[in-house]
Formats: sequence, C-alpha cells, structure tokens
Amino acid sequence: MVEIDARGRSCPEPVIMAKRALKENEEIDVLVDNRASLENVQRYGRAMKKQVSAKEEGTGWRIEIRR
Amino acid sequence: MELREKHRLAITGAVIGAISVLLVVLGNPKNMGFCIACFIRDIAGGMHLHTAPIVEYMRPEIIGIILGAFAISVITGDFRPRSGSSPVLRFVIGFFVMIGALVFLGCPLRMVLRLAGGDMNAFVALLGFIAGIGVGCIFLSNGFSLGRANEATRLEGAAFPAATIFVFVMFLAFPSLFLFSESGPGSMHAPVVASLAAGLVVGILAERSRLCMAGGIRDIFLIRDFTLILGFVAIFIAALIGNLLTGSFSLGFADQPVSHDKHLWNFLGMMLVGLGSVMLGGCPLRQLILAGEGSGDSVSAVLGMLFGAAAAHNFSLASSAGTGPGTNGKAAVIVGLIVLIAIASLVTVKERRKYGRD
Repeated sequence: MVEIDARGRSCPEPVIMAKRALKENEEIDVLVDNRASLENVQRYGRAMKKQVSAKEEGTGWRIEIRR
Repeated sequence: MELREKHRLAITGAVIGAISVLLVVLGNPKNMGFCIACFIRDIAGGMHLHTAPIVEYMRPEIIGIILGAFAISVITGDFRPRSGSSPVLRFVIGFFVMIGALVFLGCPLRMVLRLAGGDMNAFVALLGFIAGIGVGCIFLSNGFSLGRANEATRLEGAAFPAATIFVFVMFLAFPSLFLFSESGPGSMHAPVVASLAAGLVVGILAERSRLCMAGGIRDIFLIRDFTLILGFVAIFIAALIGNLLTGSFSLGFADQPVSHDKHLWNFLGMMLVGLGSVMLGGCPLRQLILAGEGSGDSVSAVLGMLFGAAAAHNFSLASSAGTGPGTNGKAAVIVGLIVLIAIASLVTVKERRKYGRD
C-alpha cells in the first residue's frame, strides 16, 4: 500500500499530495494531523469516485482511499 | 457529511455577511463591517506602531475572532499546536499580503463586502485576486511547499491567544495607553461589546467551517471543487440583501466608501494578496483562525501583517481613500510581487529536486 505522510503539511498540500499519488496508484493511504486536511482529502477522494474511510491513528488520522 | 460541510459554509457566510452589515449600522465604516487588513492596521495604530491619526483603534473584532477560534478549537479538540513550517518566510509573505491589501484598501473579506455594496472597484480587485491565486496554484501544483510543521507544546500554542487576552484587558482597564482616532475610519466603530461579540461569533463559525476567501477559488483551480467557494458566495448574497435593506447599496466606480478607482493598483494589490494567501495556505481571516488553533506559523503570518500595516503607514505605502496609491505604494506592490514570486520559485525548484531524488 502506498502511504502518503501529509502530517504537518498545511492546507491544501495534503490534497495535492493525494492527487499526485492517485495518478500513479489506484489505492492509497494518507496520514493527516488536522481536521481541515482530514475533510479536504476525504472530499477529494469521494469526488474521484473512490471508497473513502478514515480512522484515528496516533495524534492524527489515516485516510484509506480504495477503488 | 458533504452536505453538512456545505450547510456549515453557507450558514457561516450568511451570518458573516449579515453581521458585517449590522456592524456598519452600529458604527463601523461603510462596507467595512469586517476587514481583517483594515482592522489589523487600526490595531497597529492603536498600539503606537504607526501614527497615522485617522486609523488608530484597538478593533475588538480581531480579538474576538482569535479568541473565538481558540475557545472552540480547545472544546472540539481542533486545538493542535504546531509550528516550524518556514515561520520567517511566512512573516515576509504576511507583510506583503498586508501591503497589497492596504493598496487596494481591504482584505479579501472586505473585497466581497465592497462588491456587495455595489463598489465596482472591488470587481477589478477580484480579477486581480483570482489572477494571484492562479499564479499561486501553478506553484502549488509544481510542488511548492513551505515545509512540514512539527508538534509544539500546548503552552506554545496558547501563548498568542493569551497575549491577545492580555492586550484586550489592558485596553479595557487602561484605554489611555492606546491611541484612538478622532476622525476618519479609525474613529468609526460599533460599541466594544457588539464588536467583540461579532468577532467571537465569526471566529467560532469560521473555525468550524474552515471558511477561507482564497481557498474557495484555489480549490476550483486545483481540484475542481466548489465547496469552499460557497462561503464566499453566501457572504456576498447576505451582505447584498443587507445593504439593499439598509439603503447602503450604490453601484459604480466613483465615490465609493474608503476606496479609490485606480484600476491597475486595485488589480495588482489584490493579486499580491491572492498569491500570498495561497502561499500561506489561507486568506488573512483564515490566518487569524489558525493562529487561534495554535499554529505558530500562522502567528508569524499575522505578526507579519501587523508589521506590514505599521510599515504601510510609516513609509506611505498604503493608498489614500479617493486618490489611491502614491509612488511608494506602487513600488512596494511591485517589489512584493517580485519577492513572493522569487520565494515561490526558489522553494518550488528545491522541492522538485527533492522529489527527483526520492
């Protein structure tokens, strides 16, 4: 699984990192540590017609984007 | 989830638009119910950082926004102190965002409020704002990043809100320490309680909804997403209705309140704000909210704006209402655009090299 570590990145970088990773991969995990990024990345995943789920992990979240 | 997000943004925008009109009725300058740039500029004057006599007042709206965002983020768990993502560059970018805003005479929020008041100069500025965001997005999609922020202590995160509270208490207890305009925009203000309450409400709502004036346009460019722009549109509609109801709407370029009709400089000023806002990850309002949430990097940007506001008046960079920018102001906008594009280019090239190595 390709894992994108977007923790500590300010908006909208996590979304751009996810966008870039989704060009080369069908399924990715994205790690974020603030709620704005959590919402933005999930929204982007759904807009790309993907299955999106998120769970808390450490001090942030792991967003799972699946085909 | 998505619907809720959109509802939140629409409601937040509508409330901000309505409160802005109300604050004007209560005494704030016209089309300036809220203006993050103008109010930070007034605070710089109130704190003796500049001595332009017409723009001195410790605007409680700004204090309310920071404290509202701080309080709600502590309650909801969004308070996550972070810092270390190029704080000095963010200070510099914040500085030039303020210069751009004071050449136009308004932050992106006031630009929307001016549009809703029929001020067509704000439409020229909106085009510049969009252009600046477009340039910023080109850098972003090519890898621009100010770097990762690291976790910081809760004390570090709470220091800026605490300093804000201290300054406000001093303002209430010993007003003679601060400067107050006797004429001009700085002398026009709603009662302190109303301003503070308005700031608190806007701070809470903007924190919950992540409202950002630059983010809406940026997301359309970058990911074809129309969620954040809703807040922008809702502010416009609510303020437009409010202005029509209170008879404050007047369409045109000439004789608009606290503005000028130098189109090139309205365009370039807001282009600078748009580019800087994308580089900072949010408009001036959003920087205040993030500062309340414990982002030391956004505090740097806010302090850069405060310093920029002081410089704008000490070195005659800010535009005068009616006549527009002087030579210094024009030069500062050009220098600002060059500096920001240089920073963005250098960072982007470096990031691309790093990607190449990975």
